[in-house]
Amino acid sequence: MSIVMAFIIGGLICLVGQLIMDLTPYKVTPAHILVGFVTGGAILSALGLYEPLVKIGGAGATIPISGFGHNLAQGTLEAVRARGLIGAFSGGIEAGAVGIAAAVIFGYIMAIIFNPRG
Amino acid sequence: MAGSTKQPGPPKKPLTLAEQVMQQKQTYDQQAYQRLADSVKPRPRVIVNALNAFWIGGVIAALAQVITLIFASAGLNPRDAAAATVIVMVFLGALLTGLGIYDEIGKVAGAGSIIPITGFANSIVAPAMEYKREGFVFGVASRMFTIAGPVLVYGFIVSVLIGLIAYFFS
Repeated sequence: MSIVMAFIIGGLICLVGQLIMDLTPYKVTPAHILVGFVTGGAILSALGLYEPLVKIGGAGATIPISGFGHNLAQGTLEAVRARGLIGAFSGGIEAGAVGIAAAVIFGYIMAIIFNPRG
Repeated sequence: MAGSTKQPGPPKKPLTLAEQVMQQKQTYDQQAYQRLADSVKPRPRVIVNALNAFWIGGVIAALAQVITLIFASAGLNPRDAAAATVIVMVFLGALLTGLGIYDEIGKVAGAGSIIPITGFANSIVAPAMEYKREGFVFGVASRMFTIAGPVLVYGFIVSVLIGLIAYFFS
């Protein structure tokens, strides 16, 4: 059941992104989509609006890049409660560290091993 | 004489008139066709794109949920299971990009392949691979952050702002 909900929520988040790309008059690149969804996810999360999505969709809400924004925001809020002002600076990056480190390490290895096709 | 002076005259006028009419009809037809094309063409594309983004993005999310359930059943707490899932998904995204498979998926999926964290991995590997010949510093390492850099910049800015607001206003 949770797999079906992940499919639906994950799919809907991607659908929203695709509609933004296709229906807005601006040239929306993948970079704009990624930046927009991280920022949007973090803001929604801070307002308490993203956690319900995670409860319903599980990985469907955490695997889209908006879930990374959610991670940053919740990490920051948690750290502010625990450490005060220092936490405002440390919390987000701490919470995002796993994803960032994995992306840098695996990204580097794959870029070294493989060559572009064609 | 009279016929020859008349002939260049009348044939010219009707011809230009006919041409004008033809041109007007042509531009009208083109405009009508353009209106028809505008009203018909983009919609199916928008719908097809949206459906493709939905189901491919959904499949990636469902796969991540399966991986999360496997980690959870192996005894990881929910938080670590989610973190481990992110690591696996980033690995898969980077690997499929290296193999040239992810870009093929992306041609169909659009946002469905960009928005999941696998797409973030893709945005790191693809330019790094492309510019490898420029060296390991300015080629690979620097190009890894062509898209990931802005994502991290705005992600960090907004998270610190959220922290400052939470600290000073609550």
